[in-house]
Amino acid sequence: MTKTAAARSVYALPRVSWRWLPMWQRNFMVWKKYLGERILGNVADPLITLVAFGYGLGSLLPTIDGLPYILFLAGGSVCMSTMNSAKFESLWGAFTRMHAQRTWDAILNAPLSIDDILLGELLWSAAKATFTGICILAVVWALNISRQPASLLVIPILILIGMTFSAMALVCNALAQGYDFFTYYFTLVVTPMTFLSGVFFPIKAMPGWLQVIAKALPLSAAINLIRPLVLGRIPLAPIRDFGILLAYLGVSFYLATVLTRRRLSK
Amino acid sequence: MRPIMIDIQDLDKSYGGLPVVRGLNLAVNQGECFGLLGPNGAGKTTTLRLCLGLTDPDGGSITIAGLPVPIQAREARVRIGVVPQMDNLDPDFTVAENLIVYGRYFGISAATMRRRLPELLAFASLGAKRDAKIGELSGGMKRRLMLARALVNDPDLIFLDEPTTGLDPQARHLIWERLKLLLGQGKTLFLTTHFMDEAERLCDRLAVLDDGVKIAEGTPRALIAEHIEPEVIEVYGEDALHWRNANADLPDTRFEQSGETIFAYTHNAIPALARLKDRKARVRYLHRPANLEDLFLKLTGREMRD
Repeated sequence: MTKTAAARSVYALPRVSWRWLPMWQRNFMVWKKYLGERILGNVADPLITLVAFGYGLGSLLPTIDGLPYILFLAGGSVCMSTMNSAKFESLWGAFTRMHAQRTWDAILNAPLSIDDILLGELLWSAAKATFTGICILAVVWALNISRQPASLLVIPILILIGMTFSAMALVCNALAQGYDFFTYYFTLVVTPMTFLSGVFFPIKAMPGWLQVIAKALPLSAAINLIRPLVLGRIPLAPIRDFGILLAYLGVSFYLATVLTRRRLSK
Repeated sequence: MRPIMIDIQDLDKSYGGLPVVRGLNLAVNQGECFGLLGPNGAGKTTTLRLCLGLTDPDGGSITIAGLPVPIQAREARVRIGVVPQMDNLDPDFTVAENLIVYGRYFGISAATMRRRLPELLAFASLGAKRDAKIGELSGGMKRRLMLARALVNDPDLIFLDEPTTGLDPQARHLIWERLKLLLGQGKTLFLTTHFMDEAERLCDRLAVLDDGVKIAEGTPRALIAEHIEPEVIEVYGEDALHWRNANADLPDTRFEQSGETIFAYTHNAIPALARLKDRKARVRYLHRPANLEDLFLKLTGREMRD
């Protein structure tokens, strides 16, 4: 019993199998039904931010590192929108399916496990977030803010960024007792991170100690990778930044798996 | 002897030090309908969850269709259909889509599911509701769709957790009729209920759980014969208590009281009936055979549980 008990322990590493696919397909099927609303919601907000801040505020600002403000903002906007899309899907979306609709309960009666469901949710959320990031990138091209072929390299990186922020949100999801709980995550994690990570202004504009914190944040790492590519340049420290994203992804997904097992395996 | 579908031995489970299932032993044969009865909090739903491998036991063993659970719970679930206590249909999908999407969780292709749809919808009497949204269905329709959804993988064994709670009589009878059809097809049913008429109608055998312990097991008729006097007289009315006190000398009669109703359990109701007809006491009465509800109340007591 002890051997099998250890293998089934809530602290075991996530067990990966292709059974995540039907969970992913289920979410994709729902998403297709509300395509219009979803695209509008995904794209309109970040588009307004980009245009209003970029052109409006940008016209009052000097260049940043030799870049017009809207060009500086473009890469950050792509990352921020990707993060927000992943966060939204892995909080409201996943929590509704887990708690309000009990869709996960229904699926657990089929031959899927909690690990399969979480992986399906993670990859679904990443797919949706990537789609959002691509939409913003398309706007950057369409408005002729930047049209660098190198920016196509952004797309595979967006998948990793989406997975990272989805995994972090799934930790919060596993702990939430209601939708109001998400406020903690927004106020204490997402909002400070958005302002510290160099979306709207360069990190080096902040005091030294804050820069140390800022550089360790996953959104900073994402922006360090994406912003140069959008401008047609090569990221300065890709290994460090990929490492940061992968570390947040790995730790968060493990934590989300353990916490969700503890929550649902009662 | 038919093969055993569910074999539970010395099963223990507690939550936070509080025992929920204690030393449970059960064997359910293939093709039978086995009922798990008990008041709220008796451990019925926990037993089902343990059988599905959704939670791990603290001790004992579970074998479903020859597969050890929870170690091979995933393989066991391939052969099981589940109708949970609360409807958890997918509100974003239509009736047909709910079945197709659920089939996919069992690895059944959408094309195969589409071929099987007419049969499943006919079974659930939902042929006309194929493209309806879940929100448009009545409680009975939702329940029938839950039952059809539990059949997408053509299971050998079906778990039903309080399948007719909250339904009106017509809807309940339709569900019972469908469950009998499934039994006729040779499927094994394992259900929990606290409706005694449901258990009496459907179950070949049943076990009564109280506080996580099995306190009785057998066929409904045998259990009643074993634990309860065959005849019951229910006496109601404002003088019922008075009547009981005045007739405490009735031979071989056991009295129970619930509110202002007196239950007289006896092997021979004639003397009591004679006195009831004779007297001018302001009471009404009902003479009936003992049923599962009498058994249930005798074994688990009349006081409220939650």
